[in-house]
Amino acid sequence: MIHAQNLSKKYNNTTVLNIENLEIPKGQSLGLVGNNGAGKTTFFSLLLDLIQPTTGHITNKDIQVNNSEAWKSFTAAFIDESFLIGYLTPEEYFYFIGDLRGQNKADIDSLLAKYEEFFNGEILNNKKYLRDLSKGNQKKVGIIATLIGNPEVVILDEPFANLDPTTVNRLKNIIKELAENPEVTILVSSHDLQHTVEVCSRIVALNKGEVVKDIQTSPETLQELESFFAV
Amino acid sequence: MINKFIYLEWKAFSRSASFAKSLGFKILMGFVALYFILIFLALGVGSFYIMKKSNLDPLLAINKFLILYFAVDLTIRLLAQKIPVLNIKPLLLLRISKPTIVHFSLGKTMISFFNIIHFFLFIPFTIVLLIEGYDVISVLMWFMAIFSLIYINNFVNILLSNKDNLLGVFIAVVAIFAGLQYYNYFNITDYLAPVFNAFFDTKWAFAIPVVALLAIYYTSFKFLMSNLYLDAGLSSKTAVARTEQLTWLNQFGSTGTFLKNDIKLIIRNKRSKTTVGLSVLFLFYGLLFFTNTDMYNSAMKIFGGVFVSGGFLIAFGQYVPGWDSSYYQLLMTQNVSYKDYLKSKWSLMVIATIVSTILASFYLYFGWETYLIIVVGAIYNIGVNSQLVLLGGAFNKAPIDLSSSKGAFGDKKAFNVKTMIISIPQLGLPVFIYWLALKYASANTGLIIIAVLGVLGLLFKSKVFVLIEKIYKKEKYATIAAYKQTS
Repeated sequence: MIHAQNLSKKYNNTTVLNIENLEIPKGQSLGLVGNNGAGKTTFFSLLLDLIQPTTGHITNKDIQVNNSEAWKSFTAAFIDESFLIGYLTPEEYFYFIGDLRGQNKADIDSLLAKYEEFFNGEILNNKKYLRDLSKGNQKKVGIIATLIGNPEVVILDEPFANLDPTTVNRLKNIIKELAENPEVTILVSSHDLQHTVEVCSRIVALNKGEVVKDIQTSPETLQELESFFAV
Repeated sequence: MINKFIYLEWKAFSRSASFAKSLGFKILMGFVALYFILIFLALGVGSFYIMKKSNLDPLLAINKFLILYFAVDLTIRLLAQKIPVLNIKPLLLLRISKPTIVHFSLGKTMISFFNIIHFFLFIPFTIVLLIEGYDVISVLMWFMAIFSLIYINNFVNILLSNKDNLLGVFIAVVAIFAGLQYYNYFNITDYLAPVFNAFFDTKWAFAIPVVALLAIYYTSFKFLMSNLYLDAGLSSKTAVARTEQLTWLNQFGSTGTFLKNDIKLIIRNKRSKTTVGLSVLFLFYGLLFFTNTDMYNSAMKIFGGVFVSGGFLIAFGQYVPGWDSSYYQLLMTQNVSYKDYLKSKWSLMVIATIVSTILASFYLYFGWETYLIIVVGAIYNIGVNSQLVLLGGAFNKAPIDLSSSKGAFGDKKAFNVKTMIISIPQLGLPVFIYWLALKYASANTGLIIIAVLGVLGLLFKSKVFVLIEKIYKKEKYATIAAYKQTS
């Protein structure tokens, strides 16, 4: 589904990402782990054509992302709060994204109803603009917004950060459920090894821009990763 | 302690985003500041002799206008002078006593440009008074009183800064008194001039403003002290959200989706509201050009015509796509084309231009020829300027902080050579054509040519849009990177 070849990104001769070959088959749930500055967000930004690669390219469903925009119709992502529109209410934001993805109001309402538990009563009908929500609640909105319009590729950058323990568990269930769908490819990045191992079928560890581990999740994976990142 | 504060302030100043921008901009701002300083200096020195020439006692004459002067000053402060309270936050947990922090913040406001500028006017004026042989002690006491009044304004602004609706009330009051004065119904200056004269004539009168200044300083101090909590003065206000459905816009497809969003953007953010307010002011800008008999046959009339209907286009349009800077990455990953996005912005500007033109029908009072100029200006705005503004926007990399109302009067950061060059034909071309027509043909010929240009622009719109879209695409990565930096 997603294929990165000879992909690198340099800023003033400092290489921040260098991936020779990374292939993510359709339906896989991939966890991207690594320390700060490992290149996780850079990889996602390249995949979303938000920055230009120095060398190489990424294809998303055989579409080279920096040449054609056709990938936008089946890809959804939440990277950070800059993906939210601060002066909208959560409902308006969902409808706005829905409009852009060809979903009508009823589609959105039924999707939101499904995730009512995840919202924990703090999002909908609260008479608050997105800019006035707490970081955690903003994140909830951003994550659910990626699910609008049944995307085939879902990209979540650090989805577990800033969430309370209950919500983290609910989010894990949501991601696991998505991962079961063979049509949906999921990319999740995180600092938290345990969460990532729990929801992803494959883990790629990055360090200083290079792929240092690429493993199918097994009962030993967590230990392996922990010993790798141990000080 | 104080030198630590000064160190912080210096860093904040020298590293502020607008200051660190470009050298060209710094030089430009330097010139602007110098210009104002020189004007005030010239006024301070020159006004004495000018008034003397017209057989007025300069001191009495200036006293008469002081009330107006301070009223205007307070209005400008309420509009533009911001209280730097938020910078206090990181200091709260450090080993600095709260009174020190508050005194420092108050002290900081005292050296702001809004206070210093007045001294360029009053110090030279006072020196001239002394040279011209006015009583030294009286002059100094008068100066003390003026000095206190300037700072009273400074602190009144602090006390009023958290009350939004007061500005409107204040402007209304000033406008009423100014109106009464203008039509000679009630001259407030006649009643208040003796007060200012007393500062000079009566030996103890100057003590009143000085004591008032101390009192208001103390009040401001108390006010800030009691508000030094995260949930009080340091909190950012959260508005209760309203929901607008605007479903009637659905019929416009994806353009409608964006239009809905743009309308919400405009009505829910401070910065955009100020901009729209500004474009309403432009509506009256034409009065300058159309009432002035000197300009009867001047090419500048068309300048007024373009401005009257194009206020919104100029004030809002020049910052596209900066309005969406805080969530630009979102738009770039959604399944929308630049064309739809730009088309919605274009539609918004066209609608606003048409509305402005209809509102401007009060210019019919000055004759249909005058209104015709405005209509022609509107056609030019719709056909040509709307597209030029979007084209310029492609190079505009200045993100907009929607929550701040600062910068609506021309954003410093949006200063960009390419954008400037593109904006020249916006006003320059019609003026030039009109001027040529006035010289070699007739005014109507000029109007016809300008209107034809507008229609042509409209006809070639889709062609131009393809070009604009291409440029936006080319600039995409640079724009994303620029918006990420400050947002």
